Parts: sequence; structure tokens; C-alpha cells
Amino acid sequence: MSNESSALLSRAADAVYWMARYIERAENVARFIDVNLHLQLDLPLEPAHQWQPLIDTSGDAELFRERRGAAEKEQVIDFLVCDAHNPNAICNCLRAARENARSVREIISSEMWEQVNSMYLKTESQRALAESDRLREFLRNIRLDAHMFQGITDATMSHNEAWQFLRLGRQLERADKTSRILDVKYFMLLPSAHVVGTPYDDIHWSAVLKSVSGFEMYRKKHGRITPRSIVDFLVLDREFPRAIRHCLRMADESLHAITGTPMGSCEYPSERSLAPLRAELDYIPVERIMSQGLHEYLDALQARMNTIDDNLRLDFFGSAPLTPLVMAGGVL
Amino acid sequence: MQLSSYQTQGFYDEVFDAQCKARPEARLLLEAIESLQDGELLRCQQAAETLLLQMGITFNVYGDSAGTERIFPFDLIPRIVRAEEWNWIERGLKQRIHALNEFIDDIYHDQRILKDKVIPEEVIRSAAFYRPQCRGINPPGRVWCHITGTDLVRHSDGQIYVLEDNLRVPSGVSYVLENRDLMKRTFPRVFAGLQVRPVDIYPSKLLETLQAIAPPRALDNPCVVLLTPGMYNSAYFEHSFLAQRMGIPLVEGRDLVVQDGGVSMRTTKGLRRVDVIYRRLDDDFLDPQTFRPDSLLGVPGLVDVYRAGRVSLANAPGNGVADDKVVYSYVPEMIRYYEGADPILSNVPTFLCWRDQDRQHVLQNLDKLVVKSANESGGYGMLVGPHSTAAQREEFATKIAATPRNYIAQPTLALSRVPTLVEDHLEGRHVDLRPYILYGREIFVLPGGLTRVALRPGSLVVNSSQGGGSKDTWVLAPAIEGGKNEQ
Repeated sequence: MSNESSALLSRAADAVYWMARYIERAENVARFIDVNLHLQLDLPLEPAHQWQPLIDTSGDAELFRERRGAAEKEQVIDFLVCDAHNPNAICNCLRAARENARSVREIISSEMWEQVNSMYLKTESQRALAESDRLREFLRNIRLDAHMFQGITDATMSHNEAWQFLRLGRQLERADKTSRILDVKYFMLLPSAHVVGTPYDDIHWSAVLKSVSGFEMYRKKHGRITPRSIVDFLVLDREFPRAIRHCLRMADESLHAITGTPMGSCEYPSERSLAPLRAELDYIPVERIMSQGLHEYLDALQARMNTIDDNLRLDFFGSAPLTPLVMAGGVL
Repeated sequence: MQLSSYQTQGFYDEVFDAQCKARPEARLLLEAIESLQDGELLRCQQAAETLLLQMGITFNVYGDSAGTERIFPFDLIPRIVRAEEWNWIERGLKQRIHALNEFIDDIYHDQRILKDKVIPEEVIRSAAFYRPQCRGINPPGRVWCHITGTDLVRHSDGQIYVLEDNLRVPSGVSYVLENRDLMKRTFPRVFAGLQVRPVDIYPSKLLETLQAIAPPRALDNPCVVLLTPGMYNSAYFEHSFLAQRMGIPLVEGRDLVVQDGGVSMRTTKGLRRVDVIYRRLDDDFLDPQTFRPDSLLGVPGLVDVYRAGRVSLANAPGNGVADDKVVYSYVPEMIRYYEGADPILSNVPTFLCWRDQDRQHVLQNLDKLVVKSANESGGYGMLVGPHSTAAQREEFATKIAATPRNYIAQPTLALSRVPTLVEDHLEGRHVDLRPYILYGREIFVLPGGLTRVALRPGSLVVNSSQGGGSKDTWVLAPAIEGGKNEQ
């Protein structure tokens, strides 16, 4: 049934999509930092460059070099948690998520708004924690709050068009982040790839899995830790919620729910860019990815996901000035 | 908590009578307060404020680059209005709104009231919010003031007076609903005992009002939207709150477009026709083609569509002509002229500075009167004589002499007071009352309203921009006489 007033404004669709992306992003940055802190405890004699990959993961390496120089631990953490000039710092992600939520308060549920708002207020008031030895508690809170937001979202908001945009944003962001952490860790581990099976290697790969909360689920499915199985699990697993294939499957379902196009066919450019990617992940064997080169494969994957994002903007969000950029960069 | 030290200090108090005894309607409330442990009320107050912050019930402070958000200070001690008194207020407001609407319609059509010399033509021609562009427009049902927030005050004589009509874009109703919510959590027992009339009905009534004014072709299932200047507007919370409670889209000017003689909004599925716009934007910003050409907030061409009857606007552009404080002084005459009856609610006696005799009186009594600019609101452009300095009076004397049309003066009213929590005890603070009136097919007065309180000791200015806060307003249901209570 199409009630005229149930139509979704382009601006509102844009805002819920970015609200979800920013919360997911904040959660992932918190995960990345946390797992590195953890790793540091296991490998206290590791060289200092252990923190550089975190910057590479976030995609802001250039900005970091400009503002901070060498990737020292404290500098990296400060840059990722609360640097006002880093649009992807946790605090800025939450601020942007909240500003977007504020612009669609009549569309999301009150409970969702209160969760985003209190998450933001709490993080702002707890910034000092991030500089203390309670940093891990701070990061854990971000993760739990983000999970709570998702729970509240799924339990209190009708699974309507706006909700589909929200899920679309969450899943695309999550797929992007999983691909990045895999890419960076793999790159870092390359020198030791020929000594597979050493305790050193094992600890690193465990860390990758833990950063996406995938360690236990991986064990159940694959048992022994090998780079090949980890790639298989994080890229091609059908059931693990942070595996790229799973994320894109959810994203594709949401996109079709939005457009009303039957599954398996395409009308909008955004559908045309998402569907083949999803199909590819359904069929490609992990050996093909490995032989092609994981880094090359993930790089191309990220580019294709960016195209999906561009097409979504053209298909649904209109050419209005983009709020997320303004929010993330312009408020300070 | 001890109340014995409370002093009315010679002011009319809404809770205590002149002998400092509790008024009958307030007894239950006072008993509840007295039974609280020391510090309990303060704790409730702080809990309420934290809740407000968490729920994001805030307003933005203009001119603050850090984007500071503040909560509108809220005081837990409610103002109570007896059922009989409310009935009288309600009748008075209905009469007044009806007359004001007749007046606005008349001004933009035949101007009978000017031809009959009840109001000098010059007053209208010089009114800042008179919009000649609106001449000849026929809004659906000839209603121009759909949503009004009249400001009422009680003077030391115990009488209620109308201070301002606020016909243009009145705000604050969201606080009425949110304050009530907080009070129910804090004083559930008192609520049950007192039969406080519910205010939750407002969003449904508002939606009904907006649907009722849809263009005829869309009356079946009109698409109603709320137009906001955007999230950096100080009242943005209220805009999103009302849109949410009515379940209608909250749009900005950039979401709307005029096409094929109609107004549409940009959605994910293309353009959708809009039938009714509850606009929370001043006339000036509505349409750069008709009003201020530099406005980026509005929708180019909107007024043409409105004039053609293809979209309805609430409130109707141009209705601010009656918000002019000089025009205000003629409302009692309007009521006699259009309604053929004496006004139920009184105006505050008003001196018009463009009349020579009045002006002389005002200039000689600046230290006793309140001087107001004819077209400002929010507590700006105002001189409270008894609280003013010689330099301020000098400044106003110069302004009055330069543009007498722009100034009016009124006696300084001793606004009534309500006990208010100050640190750990109660003190009297001055209040006003803003009821909300809806006019679609008929006139509806919400049983309740925003009680604004001047939190600074002795202050008579209740505006939020000037250190004001708010209280819940409890309108009591009429005594039950064997029948069922009113809904």
C-alpha cells in the first residue's frame, strides 16, 4: 500500500544511511584499537611500527603523517579517538551520527535517538578515559553502545524503507571495514607468510579474527588457523555477520526491498553495481583470490563498493549538498 | 520538606492565598511536597534535567559557534488552574481568536473595519507585518490563524489579562507535552488524586486541523508536512517532535519544489505532491519570489501555488498584522465590531505613543511603565520602567520621539507568582501562561499550556532568552457529579 505521507525524503534517506555508517565506523575503529592493545600485551617486544597498520586501515594515512608524523602509540590512539581534524575519529563519527539522527528524529524511533544521543554525550564526557589506562573500557563501551543501537533499531523501528537504507549503510560500511583490516594485516604479515604456523603468526591472525569478533566462530568452522582459511572466512563466509559476502548479501536484500525490483534482476545503477559483486562472492573459490593476490583483490573490491555508494547517491539521495561531509569535516 | 517559611510577599500567588494558606485546589499537591524528605525534590529536579538532556530536549543558543545546546530550565512545582476559571479562559480565547480571524480576513478583503473608522487606516498601513501581497487570498474556510499561542498574565488584582496574541509562528507546545511526561513520572500519586486534564491529545488535534484545511481535491487523504528552517533553528526540537507525533514528514525548503502548479517534495521515489504545509518559518522567508528575495530557506514560487488554492499553509501568511502591538490595543473594539459582544478576556491598558496625549504621559512616567517595541517579541526591545536605569530611560525617550508609531507602553503588571524550587527551598517567582488554540473547522483550546517562569529573583521577564524556564500547567477537570468525567 502506498500512502503518500509514507514516502521517504531523499535527504532523510541520505541521513539514515550515513547515521548507520558512522556508528558502524565508530565501532570498527574502537575494535581496531582494542585488538592492537591486546596484541601489544602478548607481543611486548614487537617493533614500534605495529601501530602504523591501524592508520592504514582507517584510510587516513596521509592526514596522519601531516598532523602527527611517526606512528607512535599515543599519537595513533589520540588521532583515532578524538582528533578534531580527523573526520573518522571515533568522537567525530559519533558527532556526525548524532547530527544525522537529529535531522531524522521524526523517522527513527525515540529510543534510537536517545541511544545515539546518550552514546555521544557519554563519549564526550568520557574522553579523559581514553587517555588513561582505562582506554580499553572506553573502547568496550563504544562497542556495546553500538550493539545496543543496532538492537534498539531492529526492535523498535518498523522495517520500512528508511530502515532498509539504514541497514544498507551499516552493511556496506561493515564490508568495507572487514576488507580493510584484512588487507592491512595481510600486508603486514607478508614477510612471515612463508613461516606459516609459527606462534608469532598464530597470534597475529588470531588478533585479526578477534578484531571482528570472529575468533570463536572461525574455530568452530575451520579449526586450525591458516591465512587461506581466514581469507575464506572473512571474505566468503555466508553466515558470519562481518564476512564481506554476508554483508553484501544483506545490503543487496535491502536495496531490492527499497527499489521493489525482484531479486535477481536490476533496474537502478546501484543495483547493477551491487548485484554482480554479490554474485561473484557467491561463486569465487578462495584459491582464485589468493592466486590473484589478496591485496589486489581487496583493493578492487573497495573500489567497487565505492561505486555502489556513488550510485546510491545518484539513484536516491539527489544532488543536494552532502550532509555527512559537512557534518564530519565542517562543524569544528 | 518544610513550607512554613514560604512568603507571598504581597504578590498574588497561584498556590497560596493572601493569608499564606493553601488554595483548595493546591492542597493535595502541597501535602505531597511536604511529605517528601529534605533534598528529595532537588534530586527529582536534577533527575528531570538529566532526562531532558538525554532525550535531547534542548534548544540551540544563537551566536554560539560551539553549537551549544541548552535545556529549557524546568521547574517541578506546577501551576494549577481551577476548572471554572479555565472554562472562562477557554470561552474568552475562542471569542478572541474568532474575532481576530474575522479581522485578518476583513483586512485582506473589504477592510470594512477601516471604512467604518473603528481602526484608523494608518495603523494597518504602517504595521510591519501587514502583507499587501496577501490581499484577496481566500484560505480554505477563510481561516488565517490555525495555531495560536496567546500569552496571558494575572495581575495583583487577581484578573487575567491578554498580553500578546502570538498569531504568527508560536512555539513551546512541545514543552507542554514533555513537561507533563516528566511530571507524571515524578508525582504520579498527586496526578491520580487531582483529575488533571490530559494534554496528549494535542498532536492528534493538530493533525486534524491541518487535514481539515487541505485543498478540496485532496481532502480524502491529504499529504501534510511540517516545514522547518533546519536543525540549527532554536526550535528544531519542537519541529521534529511535532512531526514525529503526527507521523508526517519533516521537510526543509530544499526538499520542496514548485512544479506543474503544485508543490512537491523530493523523495527516494521521485517527486510527491504536498497538500498542506505546517510552516514554522516566518512569512519573510517562505518564498523569495514573493517576500525576502535573499531567503535560502524557503521555496521559490510557493505563494503563487498557495494563492491558486493548490496548497494550504498554516498559519496563513499575513496573519501577523494582528501581532502588531498597536493593532493589539484595538482587539476589544474588534470583538465588539465582529462579535457584537463585550470581550470576555481583558487587554492590558495600552498607551500608543503616536497619540500626542499618550506619548506625553509615557515620557513623563517612563520609570513606572513597561515600554515595548510594537513589533518585537522574545523579550527584546523592551524597557521595564521600575527596573531601569536613567540611561536606559533616556535611550527609550529618544527612540520614542524618533519613531512614536513603533512604541507602546503599559502599566507594569505585578505578575502572579508560583512557588519555585530555589536550591533546597521554595520561593515565589513570576509566571505567565501560554495556552494553545487550534482553528481548523472549529476552535479548540488545549486544556493546559506553557507556564513560563522568570527564574531570576524579582524578574518579570519570562522569555527563555532572558533567563526564563517553564512549569507544567494543570487544568483540573470539572467536579464529577454522578456522571462520567470528560475525556
